[in-house]
Amino acid sequence: MTLLVARGLTKTYPGARRIRALDDVSFEIAPGETLGLIGPSGCGKSTLARVLTRLTEPDAGTIRFGGQDWGALKGRALRRARGAMQMVFQDPGAAFHPRATVAGALCEPLRLHAIAPRSDWPDHVELLLTQVGLSPELAPRPLSALSGGQRQRVAIARAIAPRPKLIVLDEAVSALDASVRARVLDLLAQLQRDMGLAYLFVSHDLAVTRALSHRIAVMEAGRIVETGPAEALLAAPRTEILRRLIAAVPTIHTEKVPS
Amino acid sequence: MTLLLGLTGLSVHYPGASAPALADLGLALFEGEKLAIIGESGSGKSTLARVIAGLLPPGSRIEGRIDWGGGPTPRPGRDIGYVFQDPGGSLNPLLSVGRHLTEVLRTHLPLTARDARARAAELLDTVQIPDPARALNAYPHQFSGGQRQRIAIALAIAARPRLLIADEATSALDVLVQAEITALLRALCDAKGMTLLFITHDMALAGQLADRIAVMHAARMVEIGPAARVLRAPRESYTRSLLAAHLDLASPRLVGEAR
Repeated sequence: MTLLVARGLTKTYPGARRIRALDDVSFEIAPGETLGLIGPSGCGKSTLARVLTRLTEPDAGTIRFGGQDWGALKGRALRRARGAMQMVFQDPGAAFHPRATVAGALCEPLRLHAIAPRSDWPDHVELLLTQVGLSPELAPRPLSALSGGQRQRVAIARAIAPRPKLIVLDEAVSALDASVRARVLDLLAQLQRDMGLAYLFVSHDLAVTRALSHRIAVMEAGRIVETGPAEALLAAPRTEILRRLIAAVPTIHTEKVPS
Repeated sequence: MTLLLGLTGLSVHYPGASAPALADLGLALFEGEKLAIIGESGSGKSTLARVIAGLLPPGSRIEGRIDWGGGPTPRPGRDIGYVFQDPGGSLNPLLSVGRHLTEVLRTHLPLTARDARARAAELLDTVQIPDPARALNAYPHQFSGGQRQRIAIALAIAARPRLLIADEATSALDVLVQAEITALLRALCDAKGMTLLFITHDMALAGQLADRIAVMHAARMVEIGPAARVLRAPRESYTRSLLAAHLDLASPRLVGEAR
């Protein structure tokens, strides 16, 4: 059974240029799978992430998620359902109140989604931190005292707190150093296996997307122009934009002769 | 090979910081070479670029020697061009692109207003801004991020510097634009015999552009050598760990292929 079915999503931003950020976008995500969404900047991939998570309303189109008409949910019903679809952004700092502590950031979803009685929160916080590979001793620390990689792990812990079925990751590892990024990607893959999570992995980085995604969808100018299993898609690109994205991935193997 | 710049026992302390941002660094930079400085956040790579360009914040403590081979100490802006990650740092939103360029040109070179404007148009053509005559009258916000970075490069090379420092100049750009800017930097340095100091966190990008690669870690330079040698036969375990964390289209995947 499919977890998420999006059909005909369209979004035009008002203004002089009337940019069509989404132009009749349809796709599906199965339970436990990662769909990578790749494209150059301005192609509409972040708008798509925002429309899925109901941060932006589309002009047209439908979203069915977990058997519900997700796009039609409103008010209390939407708030109650939101736990099933979480989001992690690029900048781990921006998602948190600047003076918030690690424990404070993790208790918020516990309260919001009524996951556990208040007396159990410390135990939940400790478990969540362990799940994302952080020491429970970090709980009382202010988020501002954490490294970028640690903050992004807290953001992931917060996202998994309500036991979601899908996490939308919008450039979630793009700001991290390569060594930190590699470990966060390992964590995401492990959480997926352990919890049966599905991901929509939005990125401009094809190499990172390929590493984590079962399938990849390629966006250009508001449309999904190509989609398929990750390796098969990259082995035989059918569109010019995907060929250009593949060619732009820097590889370690240099042509230069050692001097 | 003519020495452009020699650093001996160079250390930098930022005001109020107990640990050095740069510790006991030695480096010989030769005229016309392209040297990539690679490292992760906090490694000291940007501090190295800034101490060379004289861009450290007031109150920073510098120990050791900076010797310029042949001739007087270069003047930043004229003999050293600097391109930042964010082109906004080099561009004033209230000034036209033409004003930016003619001001730099007339500050450093004996040019009439008319000659400076003609030279400004040539510079925009050099960095491949379409319709340079029209672009002179336009303002920074009217250009895309990639085009703004091209304009920042035109400004940096306007006074014909001997040394061009690109400090994460392509990191904020889309992969497709990043490849174009990298190619532009290489072509400019080859055509004008400029020395390039290319600061990056991306091993593969360093390998594509540089003759030599220096690896920074925890305020120290841990390895330096010809680009191909550093990438193919790294001598330091830290360099090996950076290479292992690099992802490209041949890296192991973290998930299975879609069914």
